[in-house]
Amino acid sequence: MAHFKKKSANTKQDVPTSAMPDVVFMLLIFFMVTTVLREVELKVQIDYTQAENIEKIEQKRLVSYIYIGPERLGPTEVGESKVQIDDAIVDDINAIRTIMYDKLMEQPRLIVSLRVDRDSDFGLITDVTQELRHAGTLRINYSTKREI
Amino acid sequence: MALLNKKKRPDPEIPGSSLADIAFLLLIFFLVTTTINVDTGIGLTLPPIPDENVEPPPIKERNLLNILVNAQGLVLLDETPSSITEVKQKVKDFITNCEPGNPCVENLSEDPTDAIISIKTDRQTPYNIYINMLDEVIGAYNELRDEKARALYGVPFSALEETSEQYQSIAKDVYPKKISIAEPDEGNS
Repeated sequence: MAHFKKKSANTKQDVPTSAMPDVVFMLLIFFMVTTVLREVELKVQIDYTQAENIEKIEQKRLVSYIYIGPERLGPTEVGESKVQIDDAIVDDINAIRTIMYDKLMEQPRLIVSLRVDRDSDFGLITDVTQELRHAGTLRINYSTKREI
Repeated sequence: MALLNKKKRPDPEIPGSSLADIAFLLLIFFLVTTTINVDTGIGLTLPPIPDENVEPPPIKERNLLNILVNAQGLVLLDETPSSITEVKQKVKDFITNCEPGNPCVENLSEDPTDAIISIKTDRQTPYNIYINMLDEVIGAYNELRDEKARALYGVPFSALEETSEQYQSIAKDVYPKKISIAEPDEGNS
């Protein structure tokens, strides 16, 4: 007999897709949890400086940022060096003391990350750190990129 | 007859086939908006404001390494002009001065635990020069701590847990990081 019956498996050929929504949801939840949505709108221009011996800040929730750099006036032009905390520019340096003190009361283990433009004068930064000392926020971090 | 009618009725089900699409859409939105950038930087602890009624403790001149940086980025290390690249080695020499195996040189520190690095700048000094300076000093400390950790425990310092006893003993008792940042001069230089 020249008739051979073709062998074929009894199982279906489809890839099971019923678990796909679960997998996707798991990824979705991971990204939802890790996302930090509220990014501050920068009013100052910051070009980070680089350093070799840097450390990572593991607990992002403890960090409060202070931005120091030339103020953005237009698409290309920049003005004087200014200090920005959260969403506003702080004109009165002495006001930093109360602002940071309030933040310290909310989060006693506060780390202040100073994000400073590389060409800023150090004098302004000293004024800010003096205010931080008065406020009692002693843990600081000079934000830098890794030197390549 | 009644039984047959019941069998023909379709199962009441919520259509779940588009669930994956919806989840994918949300997933892509969060993927795009996420920024997984780790904050990196040089960590420091500022000294608290000194009490006016309390005299600052006396510090021997030889235990203090003065680093002056002016607005042009020129460095003065204990009255000797030097370049930024030399700073790390000089700081290491200064700290390890009287350790066993090293000859005691006069006017360098008596003991690593007593050594204090003082960095002073002008108000006009650019920030990146100051950071380079601080980077060199911290680099010197890190290298020393690393050598010590390898000698004592056979592992690099970075491998030690921050809460472990070994880490604390090196960071506190062997090479404590004492960096003082002095208030800058008003100077117009």
